[in-house]
Amino acid sequence: MSIFYTFMFLPIISAIFIPLLYKYLNRLVHIGWFVSLVPLSIFIYLLQYIPDVAAGDTYKYTISWIPSLDMNIISYVDGLSLLFGLLITGVGTLVIIYSIFYMSKIREALHNFYIYLLMFMGAMLGLVFSDHLLVLYGFWELTSVSSFLLISYWYERKSSRQGALKALLITVLGGFGMLAGFIMMIMMTDTYSIREMIANLDVIQNHTLFIPAMLCVLLGAFTKSAQFPFGIWLPDAMEAPTPVSSYLHSATMVKAGIYLVARMTPVFGGNSVWFWLVAGIGIITLLYGSLTALRQTDLKAMLAYSTISQLGLIMCLLGIGSLAVYFGPGESGTVFTVATFAALFHLFNHSTFKGTLFMVVGIIDHETGRRDIRYLGGLMQVMPITFTIALIGGLSMAGLPPFNGFLSKEMFFAAVNDVSQAGIFGLSNIGIMFPIIAWVASIFTFVYCMIFVFKTFGGQYRPEKLTRKVHEAPWGMLFSPIILGLLVIFIFFFPNVLGKYILTPALTSILPMMPISSYDVKISAWHGLNMELVMTIGVIAIGILLFKTTKRWLQALRNHTQGLTLNHLYNEGLSGMERFSVSLTNRYMTGSLRHYLIYIFSFFVIVLLGSLLLFHGIQFDFASNSAISIFDVGLVLGMIIAALTVLFASNRIMAIVALGALGYMVSMFFVIFLAPDLALTQMVVETVTTVLFLLCFYHLPKLKKSIERIPFKLTNLIISIAMGLTVTLLGLSANGHKLFEPITSFFENAYELAGAKNIVNAILVDFRGFDTMLEISVLAIAGLGVYILVHQRSKRREQRETE
Amino acid sequence: MIFETVLITALCILMLAILANLYRVVKGPSSADRVQALDSVGINLIASIAVFSVLLHTHAFFDLILLIGILSFIGTVAFARFIERGVVIERKR
Repeated sequence: MSIFYTFMFLPIISAIFIPLLYKYLNRLVHIGWFVSLVPLSIFIYLLQYIPDVAAGDTYKYTISWIPSLDMNIISYVDGLSLLFGLLITGVGTLVIIYSIFYMSKIREALHNFYIYLLMFMGAMLGLVFSDHLLVLYGFWELTSVSSFLLISYWYERKSSRQGALKALLITVLGGFGMLAGFIMMIMMTDTYSIREMIANLDVIQNHTLFIPAMLCVLLGAFTKSAQFPFGIWLPDAMEAPTPVSSYLHSATMVKAGIYLVARMTPVFGGNSVWFWLVAGIGIITLLYGSLTALRQTDLKAMLAYSTISQLGLIMCLLGIGSLAVYFGPGESGTVFTVATFAALFHLFNHSTFKGTLFMVVGIIDHETGRRDIRYLGGLMQVMPITFTIALIGGLSMAGLPPFNGFLSKEMFFAAVNDVSQAGIFGLSNIGIMFPIIAWVASIFTFVYCMIFVFKTFGGQYRPEKLTRKVHEAPWGMLFSPIILGLLVIFIFFFPNVLGKYILTPALTSILPMMPISSYDVKISAWHGLNMELVMTIGVIAIGILLFKTTKRWLQALRNHTQGLTLNHLYNEGLSGMERFSVSLTNRYMTGSLRHYLIYIFSFFVIVLLGSLLLFHGIQFDFASNSAISIFDVGLVLGMIIAALTVLFASNRIMAIVALGALGYMVSMFFVIFLAPDLALTQMVVETVTTVLFLLCFYHLPKLKKSIERIPFKLTNLIISIAMGLTVTLLGLSANGHKLFEPITSFFENAYELAGAKNIVNAILVDFRGFDTMLEISVLAIAGLGVYILVHQRSKRREQRETE
Repeated sequence: MIFETVLITALCILMLAILANLYRVVKGPSSADRVQALDSVGINLIASIAVFSVLLHTHAFFDLILLIGILSFIGTVAFARFIERGVVIERKR
């Protein structure tokens, strides 16, 4: 086990020790301090990979888990996984430091919080470094589960529980879809490793399961990354503590789907279905998220929808970037490589500024007790540092210079402009929609960013609406957002440092087929007067205009019908499904034994008679039958009469007597067929049974002792006749199909083998004595059961009398 | 040969008797009639098993003859008690 795995499993291993630390140390010091060391050490460990990975090296580590099933934990460090690994641990460290000041040492159950958080971190690290598909799936589900636990951290609140349930249902649905897709991929290529799949591309791409596997994998990616229409869980997940929202629901978990799409681009990219689904859904999500974010008054909900919209942007860029796979090496391919680069760049940028913004909201919530934009205002003077950070984050999200969001937004515009002229996959007709939608969505984004920053910090300060006395946040709480905010500005001025060392290697892993030269060129070309800049100026102009006139249209947008929202659909669908299931179950689970017997018998008839007819099983062969004697005929006649009497008896005692007669005639049959032991036993047992029936008859309740015929029901008649017919046909057909000699001849040596002249008894106690033993125990159990039933009943009666 | 024919004839007659008794079991009219008929079926069964044993030259069914004798007695007594008192075995109270 290499040192790599020591660091990979560090979060999960250290999670085990959290309760101990909490119990003995929490009174002295906030245990978050210990926890923060975990991601920090992994972050520092991962930093040392940067030079090698930037130089084009990759690392592969393996530990065997179930070698016989080829299930080994294969980890693969390349640019893409390193980018995610650094994001997870870096943002993780900052979030934990933030949480130390956000989560109270006294009031909160901190050990739960940090166990879940570390569990999530370990799962996320495992996810991004896994090369084995099923191991990847395992970590994927672990992120869903730990996210579920974190969202419902304040489990005494109803909304937390509902949000957690919703997130779990949707992400696990996608997870199952993804598992199906993975299994299809494994079936196609006969390997578990993603890298080996990329090496065998032509096998996959010419396989009939290619499209189904793609759809299933995309379902998983879209649900996890909150794409349209699966994004509805993300706003509800905002019931989690703010550090969680900041970490999981902006920086890491929601990017697991992005990671998956990026990882699978070499496998599925270049296909029109992949392009249209990823880019199309991405851009729809972008528009939907930005439009819905405008309607929110709660700051966290606004950020949640903005996360959805930004994830849509990244997804769209990845879809456009997959065209590079289609074009391959060459000028057009190089153009679309930039889109993938932009996706990675924006992914990184989004993690920085969205983490910042969530932490800012947490600070506002913590210091004012309010999160609703309608109660807030004028915080600029009171919380200047928070305001500065929020401004940096907000303007970066809006895509303004000098913040990193500007760069990635420019690249996004460039990519959508390029794709509208690509002229493949039907893009020549509706490709023009890409830049238009992107531009409109960017205007909305600009407006909600303005609302976020200036409605909260600008305007009138109204302390009477706030629940606490407002003052600037403590430095510990400000530390993490300040670091992230500085990073936002730093990346704007020095994007190439990030590009060269982190993003380009990641690009290499997404598009391995492109020549190395195509990666380097574009990164520095971020200046110049072009179409993109014009679009950005348009965004700013119209955005400011819209922001100034918010009073006129925003309320109308917020008030528009709730019935058409996806949430409404989800809730209706869920309750509809429940209602349908209940009504379905109630319809056939009637509680009436009669109905269940009807199901059982009709199923029996359908299956047996059906298979008899289907496989031509009905063949009679009477050649080997013995002759029918007159005694047989007489007895059968008698039995038929007795059986019919049971059916048509006008009272119960008659039915019992007829049943007894039937039993006696069966024992007569045993006589005729030369089975004295059976006849003896049958005689005794029949008598005892008849007596027992009479006993039951006597104990029938007085009130409803209506002595009537059995009521006639056509269904019952049909089923009973079909049943009898089936069994008769089966018996006759089986009789005609004897394949082998019976083994009776063996038992005829009973005297030599067992010293018994009575073969039947020799079989019962010698050859197959085991059956007899168990039959005896059956009788013992029955006897005990009857005793207990009777005894308990009389005991209860006694109790009732004493009461 | 003649002996066998006689035996088979006897069996057939016994069978007819059983069928006739069964008619009484079915028809009633009272429970006592049915019990009586059933007892008679038992006796006829004993007879037919005996004849059958002779026919087959076996003494494997002699136990059965005795058993039917006992059971038919017990059964009839039980039925009689049931019709008379409503219970078969009375409680010790």
